[in-house]
Amino acid sequence: MARLVILGAGVAGHTAASFAAKWLGKKHEVVVVTPNSKWNWIPSNIWVGVGEMSKKDVTFDLDPVYKKARVDYRQAKAVSINPEGSTSKAKAFVTVEYTGQGKEGQSEEIEYDYLINATGPKLNFGATPGLGEGTTMGEHTVSVCTADHAVHAAHVLDEKIAKMKKGEEQTFLIGTGHGMCTCQGAAFEYIFNIEHKLRNEGVRDKAKMIWISNESFLGDFGMGGMHIKMGGYVASSKIFAESIYAERGLDWIIGAHVNKVEAGKVTYETLDGKISEQEFDFAMLIPPFAGVGMKAYGKDGEDITDVVFAPNGMMKVDADYTPKDYRDWRASDWPKTLQNPTYKNIFAAGIAFAPPHPISKPMKSENGTPITPTPPRTGMPSAMMGKAVTQSIVDMINGKSSEPTHTACMSEMGAACVASAGKGLFSGTAAAMTVFPVVPDFEKYPGTGRDINGTTGEIGLAAHWVKHLLHHAFIWKAKLKPGWTLIPE
Amino acid sequence: MAREHIKHIESYTPQAGTMIPLGTQKFLRTCVLWQIIRFIAINIKMTKLIVNSHH
Repeated sequence: MARLVILGAGVAGHTAASFAAKWLGKKHEVVVVTPNSKWNWIPSNIWVGVGEMSKKDVTFDLDPVYKKARVDYRQAKAVSINPEGSTSKAKAFVTVEYTGQGKEGQSEEIEYDYLINATGPKLNFGATPGLGEGTTMGEHTVSVCTADHAVHAAHVLDEKIAKMKKGEEQTFLIGTGHGMCTCQGAAFEYIFNIEHKLRNEGVRDKAKMIWISNESFLGDFGMGGMHIKMGGYVASSKIFAESIYAERGLDWIIGAHVNKVEAGKVTYETLDGKISEQEFDFAMLIPPFAGVGMKAYGKDGEDITDVVFAPNGMMKVDADYTPKDYRDWRASDWPKTLQNPTYKNIFAAGIAFAPPHPISKPMKSENGTPITPTPPRTGMPSAMMGKAVTQSIVDMINGKSSEPTHTACMSEMGAACVASAGKGLFSGTAAAMTVFPVVPDFEKYPGTGRDINGTTGEIGLAAHWVKHLLHHAFIWKAKLKPGWTLIPE
Repeated sequence: MAREHIKHIESYTPQAGTMIPLGTQKFLRTCVLWQIIRFIAINIKMTKLIVNSHH
C-alpha cells in the first residue's frame, strides 16, 4: 500500500486529490493536508467583493466531500518536509501543525511515498509597508483574495456607496500593491465590477476610479499581453484593455511599484524613477505572492530548504532555472512533469511550483527597483497540472513506469480565462479569452509567440454567462457530484 | 449619437489614444440574440483549446 500526501486543497490540490482517490481506490491511501476547512471557488470572490454573492455561494465544507471520497483529510498547515526521513524515521515525511479538527496547534509527522506540493501562494501583504503584516491584511485597504476578505470588502464598499448617495465624492484605487505582483486579472475584474455596481446604484458620477499596477502596459496581465485577430488586423491586448478602461472612464497608473500604504494614501515608484502619491477613499491592492514558507531538512536535520525550494519559497521542479537574459528565454525553460529534480517522489502543481522566470519582460525603474509582473497560474493550468502529476504518480505507484508519464507544461497548454466586467443576467459583461499557449513560444509562433487562431478575446453578455456556467460547473465538480469527471479541467 | 459615447474623453490624455466603442458595438454586447450565438462560439473555442491542451 502506498501513501500519497497532497499539501493544499485549492484548484490544483483538490483536483489532484479527487483523481487520486478515484484512481488509487481502496488499495492505497490519499491524505490531504490543508489549513482550510472550506474549499473556495476563488474566481467568484470578486462577486462576493461587490455584494453580488455570499461566502456560502463560493465555498463548501471539505470534510464531507473527502469522507465520501475516502480521502484522509487533515486540517493542518505543512511546516516542513523531510524528504530523506530523519535519524529516527527511515521514511520521508512532512511535519504539519493542526489548525482544526480539535487538534489546533498540535504537530504531527505524516509519512509519505509520494508528495504533491499544491500549497498555493502565501499572500505576502507584509512585503509592502502598510499593506499588512506577514500574511495578514492591513486596515487601510481591502482584498478579494479569500472569501472572508471579499465579504469585508463588500461591507466597506457599501459604506462608500452610502457616502456617495449623500453627495460625497470618493476615490477608488484598485490594482497591485507591489512591483512584483501577479493576479492583475483579478484586480481588473474587481475594478470593473465596482464600476458596474456604482452605475447601477446611480452614484458613478461621484466616483473617481483609478487603476494602479506593475504592468508596463495595460493588458499585460502578467503574461506579456496577447494578440487577437480583429477586423482584419492582429492587435495587442493593450489596445483592447485601454479601450475598456477609457470607455468606462477609468484613469490608470502603470509601471508602478507601491512601496508604502497609509490611511487614505499610497506612495509608489514608477519606471521613470519618479516617486508619487495617490490618495484614495477605497483601495483594493493585490499583495505579492510567495511560497508558503515551508522548510526542508535532510536526514541528519541539516537545512536543505534551498535544495528543494527557490528563494521565493516556491518548489523547484524540472524547469531550466539558469539565469539568462530576457532575449534568451525559451518555451523549453518551462517545466513539463513538475517533478522535483532532487527528490523524484515529490511534485509541485499550481502556484506552488517555482517558475523559471517571468513571462512579461523584466523591467526596473531608473532607481533599479524591479517592477515586473510575475507569471499567473490561473485555474485551468493549475487544475491540469494537478491532474497530470496525479496521473504520473498513479502510474508510478502501479509500477507502469519509474518516470513521470504525463506532462502539463505552460508553454504547451492553453488557458481559457473569463474576466467579469459586471454581473447581471442580461446586463452583465465579461471578457472571454483563450490564450494558446499560456507561455509564449516565439520559435513555434514567430511574431506574437502564440497561435493566432487559438488566441481570442471578446467582451459581452455571453462571456458573463460562461463565467456563471463555470461557477456552477466547477463547484459541482469539486463536490464530486455525479458526472464530475465529465467536466474538463 | 456617437457623441454620447465619447464626450467624456479629454484630448491629449491616454484615454484619447485608444478606441472607444460606439452605440452599435455596445448594443451588440448585451443583445440577447447575438450573444446566444456568441455563447455557442465561445464554448466551441474553449472546447478546442481544452482538447489541444490535454496531453
